[in-house]
Amino acid sequence: MEKSSVQHKTGFWEVVKSLLSGLRLTWRHFRNADKRRAPVPVMDENYFNQPEGLVTLTYPYEAIPVPDNGRYRLHNEIDDCIVCDLCAKICPVNCITIESVKATEEIGMTSDGTKKRLYAPVFDIDMAKCCYCGLCTTVCPTDCLTMTPVYDFAEVDIKNMIYHFTDLTPEQAEEKKQLLAKQQEEMAAAKAAALAARKQQG
Amino acid sequence: MLAFLLTLMLLLGIVIVLAYAERKVAAFMQDRLGPTEAGPYGSLQSVLDVLKLLQKEDIVPTAADKKLFKLAPILIFAAVFAGFAVIPFTPDLIPAGIGIGVFYLLAIISLDVVGLLMAGWGSNNKYAMLGAMRSVAQIVSYEIPAGLAILSVVMICQSLDFQEISYQQGILLNRFPGLEFETNWLFGIEALGINTTNIGGITTWNIFRAPLLLVAFVIYFIASLAESNRAPFDIPEAESELVAGFHVEYSGFRFAVLFLAEYSMMVLVSLVAVILFLGSWNTPLPNLTTLKFANWTTGTVGELSGILWGGFWLLSKTFVLLFLQLQIRWTYPRLRVDQLMHLCWKVLTPIALGIVLLAGIWRLLMV
Repeated sequence: MEKSSVQHKTGFWEVVKSLLSGLRLTWRHFRNADKRRAPVPVMDENYFNQPEGLVTLTYPYEAIPVPDNGRYRLHNEIDDCIVCDLCAKICPVNCITIESVKATEEIGMTSDGTKKRLYAPVFDIDMAKCCYCGLCTTVCPTDCLTMTPVYDFAEVDIKNMIYHFTDLTPEQAEEKKQLLAKQQEEMAAAKAAALAARKQQG
Repeated sequence: MLAFLLTLMLLLGIVIVLAYAERKVAAFMQDRLGPTEAGPYGSLQSVLDVLKLLQKEDIVPTAADKKLFKLAPILIFAAVFAGFAVIPFTPDLIPAGIGIGVFYLLAIISLDVVGLLMAGWGSNNKYAMLGAMRSVAQIVSYEIPAGLAILSVVMICQSLDFQEISYQQGILLNRFPGLEFETNWLFGIEALGINTTNIGGITTWNIFRAPLLLVAFVIYFIASLAESNRAPFDIPEAESELVAGFHVEYSGFRFAVLFLAEYSMMVLVSLVAVILFLGSWNTPLPNLTTLKFANWTTGTVGELSGILWGGFWLLSKTFVLLFLQLQIRWTYPRLRVDQLMHLCWKVLTPIALGIVLLAGIWRLLMV
């Protein structure tokens, strides 16, 4: 077998034979053109086992499903976010921008029972900067930051690549800031009053 | 005038289908999908391509020889299209029924070469010039084996009339004026004593009537690939290596005309191959005792059925050959220029000369 493939083929009939085998090859592919490659995910056992038929997938209409542990577009479920800033700190490319405002009282619970004490007037992720390493999803204590299977999100304007996840309007954020300032003023005043009272006693 | 318009319409239709088929066949053989977006299964793709070309700006280079440059595409297409004038489409439909059709066809096709040189020279571009020289060298060379292969058919049939050659290859043999008392023998040999005049079908095709014409057919087919600059003889415009051959400087409508001429050439050489070797508009099905397949699939000459059956068989055989041309394009690698000339001058021409000699001897056995 190996020997014959190395051997230099000569002679009229050898040439005819090889010409015909070439035509047979293209004809076989032409005949198999009614079969199509199925858009099976890479996890499927038949993924590498589809030797026949057309390989093209008409992409916007059909696509290979992404693996479960694939890393694609980030999503933050702001209701579950405790604004701990861990994701922003670990991000190697600094694509997450978080501003936080302390709440004057407890503002609720996340779905896993953690208390929320911070508002997030700004929670932006710049998908154009993101390197899809997934570190932020690993450190997230409440699992609110996750990778979704969406990978086709190109934009015409690069500004649209910055995703805003905050649930506060700027007015609401301003209001929360004033509330906090007011509370801190009151607390400072109370503290000063207490200090003055102690001094008088002492 | 009517024949001119009808032939032009038919040709345009075939070329549009062929351009679409070329892309689809290429795609399927390479496990791709081909055009899918324009119309159902991308069937409007070639129409849209033509529309796109017509909208494009007509660029004539400043340094070009403008007269030659502008005239060349028209001459090339006219030369190829004029060849269709002598093609018999059905038993009684032929645009121009002249008695020396084969001779005329070979002569008018050669004009194509002049057009190619004009295009190459007129572009005033060294690549166009080189491409034109290669094209011309190739076409002129391969006209010789093609011409000899056709000559052997002419010797077997003793006629230069395409329509007479067509009538000889089927059950309608005796309906042609002048052939009333002719007989077709199996393999053309009278001594075998098997009369196939009324059997018809494939047994009276030229490749069967005189089996050595099968070799002539192969030679003609190879040479016709080279004449229409098709792969594996497409060095003049090797798409994967050069931008284009003699037509680099052409754009828009003029390019569309050159493109049309190229595809018309493919259709024309396939038609000629079918007429000379594969039974023309005759049915491939023979009469078998009581099952008169040949009679059933020939229709009545002079009536609609005769026209439809004749056109159907001629075009379907042509499309088989065209498909073979496409398949060969996507199967075989391109020949080097020295291999090309070697094949023509040292292989095909000597064999074709031998075939011509043998055809003469065969003809002696036939009468």
